[in-house]
Amino acid sequence: MSNKDAYWNKTKNHMIVTLVLWAFFSLVIFMFGSELNTMSFLGYPLAYYMTAQGSLLAFVIILFWTANKQEKIDEEHGFSEREDD
Amino acid sequence: MFKGDFIQNLPKIYGTYTGGFLVFIILMALAEQAGVSAKNIGVMFVAFTVLIYALIGYLSRTIQVDAYYVAGRQVPTVFNGMATAADWMSGASFVALAGGVYFGGYTYMAFLVGWTGGYVLVATLMAPYLRKFGCYTVPDFIGTRYGGNLVRACAVFVLFIASFTYVTAQINATGTIASRALGIPFEAGVWVGLISILICSMLGGMRAVTWTQVAQYIVLIIAYLIPVFWISSNVGGGIFPHLMLGDEVARLGELEKQFGLVKNSAADMKAAGVPGGLKYISGTHSGVPEGGMAVWKYLSLAICMMVGTASLPHILMRYFTTPTVRAARKSVAWSLFFIFLLYSSAPMLATLSKLALMDPNLPTGIIGKSISEVQSIEWVQRWSEVKQVFIADFNGDGILQLNEWFMRGDVVVLATPEVAGLPFVISGLVFAGGMAAAMSTADGLVLAISNALSHDIYYKIINPKAETSKRLLVARVLLVIIGAAGAYIASFRLTSILGSVAWAFDFAMSGLFFPLVLGVWWKRATREGAIAGIIAGIVSGTVYLTWVFPKFSVPIWGGVNTPFLGIDHLRFGLIGAPICLVVMVVVSLMTKEPSPATQKLVDDTRIPTGKAILGKQH
Repeated sequence: MSNKDAYWNKTKNHMIVTLVLWAFFSLVIFMFGSELNTMSFLGYPLAYYMTAQGSLLAFVIILFWTANKQEKIDEEHGFSEREDD
Repeated sequence: MFKGDFIQNLPKIYGTYTGGFLVFIILMALAEQAGVSAKNIGVMFVAFTVLIYALIGYLSRTIQVDAYYVAGRQVPTVFNGMATAADWMSGASFVALAGGVYFGGYTYMAFLVGWTGGYVLVATLMAPYLRKFGCYTVPDFIGTRYGGNLVRACAVFVLFIASFTYVTAQINATGTIASRALGIPFEAGVWVGLISILICSMLGGMRAVTWTQVAQYIVLIIAYLIPVFWISSNVGGGIFPHLMLGDEVARLGELEKQFGLVKNSAADMKAAGVPGGLKYISGTHSGVPEGGMAVWKYLSLAICMMVGTASLPHILMRYFTTPTVRAARKSVAWSLFFIFLLYSSAPMLATLSKLALMDPNLPTGIIGKSISEVQSIEWVQRWSEVKQVFIADFNGDGILQLNEWFMRGDVVVLATPEVAGLPFVISGLVFAGGMAAAMSTADGLVLAISNALSHDIYYKIINPKAETSKRLLVARVLLVIIGAAGAYIASFRLTSILGSVAWAFDFAMSGLFFPLVLGVWWKRATREGAIAGIIAGIVSGTVYLTWVFPKFSVPIWGGVNTPFLGIDHLRFGLIGAPICLVVMVVVSLMTKEPSPATQKLVDDTRIPTGKAILGKQH
């Protein structure tokens, strides 16, 4: 397998992991909204907290994480851009 | 100022700008103390900020094609994040989001998840690859990847429908805010708004829009956060509301039980003469509605907004302006961070505002008090005069019940500072913030449309030999025409007919999402597949919209139809996008696989290093 193919396979797998996390915080937890709302976090009902703030924050964290991880994959395969590019 | 080391000096320049704006706020506060009228403070806030944007727009003028279309591809990560956040957060987000949460509670907040979660799709599926491609516009990618003028024109068509739906709403918002702040009629406000928008974008295209959007983000976020923190400490919510409102949310639940959530009949409301657009609280704030349909309604709305976000051209094109592919990825993360600052504050503002009005233990509470007493409150009188709030004593007991208090959603943002006893300077600041939010989004949209028409239709299809000066002239003329057309339609207040901002998301996802994603992720996707997919998606989505939306279905289909599987007019992208996918895949598999040259082009797109597919000047 060429370096390009190996790079693309890793990128694809990374994309899938990111989208699984995304689906968890955007869709899966809200399938159980009424169950989650019986629990509480910071004094807020949990489902309310997640839709008002928690999931939003999770997306921000996912995005920084995924960008850093992808940069590592770039480096491993020698596709990292120069800083001054 | 914009030569040489401008990029290195950005933090200093915008740091000084932010400091200057804070000084201006303090000066206005002093002016208020010195007896300057509330109206004049509002005028000064809007005039001062708009003049600054115009100055930035003028200083960013350019005669370079790549500066005009993609800001010379040198916008640093964090600044592009701020510009995208301003581009994204519209006048509606600024003035209406908190109101939506105020009335809709948990159910409405599917919008919050949708309008933020979409950025994960942008970052993983689209932005870095489109940046590597080196296109000037979104149709430029589709036209080059699939090859041919027809597919390019199809993409421009979808872009036009989605963005134009959106832009009239933005110019409308600009007009509303300008008219309120400056005390001029709405129609005049629309044209004032349009001129401000054009000054920011005409001379410098994307470069000018980028640097004004950064300035507008700074104004709008200050204008949103200061009132939220201040109100919170005024009504006893704690100094950091985002982490400290648990008790207040619980208290709202108690108050809802105490006052009772009553649904008014349409006949009662009509008899009482409740003005159109005003709402009352009839659902719970934090409660989750029971049942599978309620869950599906939440999820389907979130899906439409997320997928739509990842297909909206005015957002995607912001990532064409970063210096590198990795900067494009990081920039998406920064964009969402800056958006998060405002979006996570909207539910807090809604909670505080609701509590301030509902809690009888607070001096600001009005529910449960006698109606004559409430009507003598100064802010109630002022907002009643302009038909933004309304009281109807349905049961005739002279006491204001929860279901007897009506107000427009915008009032939550525009009036809560007043209700909570903040000085007027804060209300002036909120006007400036709303203006910044509406202008920045309108700028981005008008530019997205006119760039697609000038680059993809005029230069790529009609006159490929056009010289630079002629291309830029055409781009600017189109910018003025599109802006004027948007303002003309907005001045008729046709927005209620043009429908909701959510439609823009559904149009974009119906026609653009899968052609963009498969263009990068599926080499087998062919030109014929893309053309068939775009047409099938946008046509089926639009036809479904006319079928399900009563204002269209009555004249066209002769009656009101029940939404299929709960897919109403806010969610019609759920019809268009899957049809687009299926048609695109089937037709692609039936046609000859793309040429080796095209496959190589896709391979190159997937790798961050190496030359851009399209040259620096194309």
